[in-house]
Amino acid sequence: MKKLIFFITFFIILSNNYLLAVDKPTELENKIFKNLRCLICQGQSIYDSQSDFAESMKIVVRKNLETGMSEKDIYQFMKKNYGEWVLYNPEINKGTYLLWSLPIILFVIGGAIIIRKLSVFKK
Amino acid sequence: MKNKIFVTISFVLFVFCFVVFYVGLQKPNIYTPKLDKEIKLPNFVGNDFFSGEKVISDNLLKKNSYYIINIWASWCIPCRAEHSFLMALNNKNLNLLGINYKDNISNAQSFLNELGNPYSKILSDKNGVTSIELGAYGVPETFIVNKEKKIIKKIIGPIDNEKFNEILELIK
Repeated sequence: MKKLIFFITFFIILSNNYLLAVDKPTELENKIFKNLRCLICQGQSIYDSQSDFAESMKIVVRKNLETGMSEKDIYQFMKKNYGEWVLYNPEINKGTYLLWSLPIILFVIGGAIIIRKLSVFKK
Repeated sequence: MKNKIFVTISFVLFVFCFVVFYVGLQKPNIYTPKLDKEIKLPNFVGNDFFSGEKVISDNLLKKNSYYIINIWASWCIPCRAEHSFLMALNNKNLNLLGINYKDNISNAQSFLNELGNPYSKILSDKNGVTSIELGAYGVPETFIVNKEKKIIKKIIGPIDNEKFNEILELIK
């Protein structure tokens, strides 16, 4: 029994030390991690992915934040190196114009159809 | 009449969606960052493979000469396959810069002892940061840098016969 208590205490102390030693990402870091796509496990952000590539990307993001780069600067840096696709939240430009405007267009058309139908019913 | 318009619009929409999805299915859905125009070589920092000294890319790459930057590792099987091409490129009076990616130094050294060292300089990239600063995402990957320090070609994966000839054409 004594041995068991000793091992449990030893385990708790060890795991606590480990958790304290790991650098917890800040809110801004997490926000950036969630908006960068992992190119190895495509479909996952680097926040979710534990691939080697994602871990290196996290180090680069932290390093860039330390050197005074803003969130936007980091997105620009990643975009320059890996293309627009690396961003989960693409900027509005010639290539993404339709992507951004399509939901609004569909919303307006849908709304117009509903209003029209409703006015027909009222009559 | 109204019904006819509705049917026509529905049909056109159906055909449009079909074509969009059909074309989409034909495209590979794995994204690889392609180089569609020449880009300035980003600045990067690394440690010298042999001495461990910090090296800045600006001090390393001289203007007016072509460079080949190759990312490799001893644990990477395709790197072994492309090594003979790198040795051949070394004989063409080119500057080869190697970036040793997330590797064990002694394993990397035995790799070079066994297959030869084509690089004029090797940087050690223990945590993958140098490769990301360069815009690479795996091993092996090769960048051809022209005399104006611009990346003119990115080769993702091992160099083969065809790519080797392409490189020779580019540096003519």
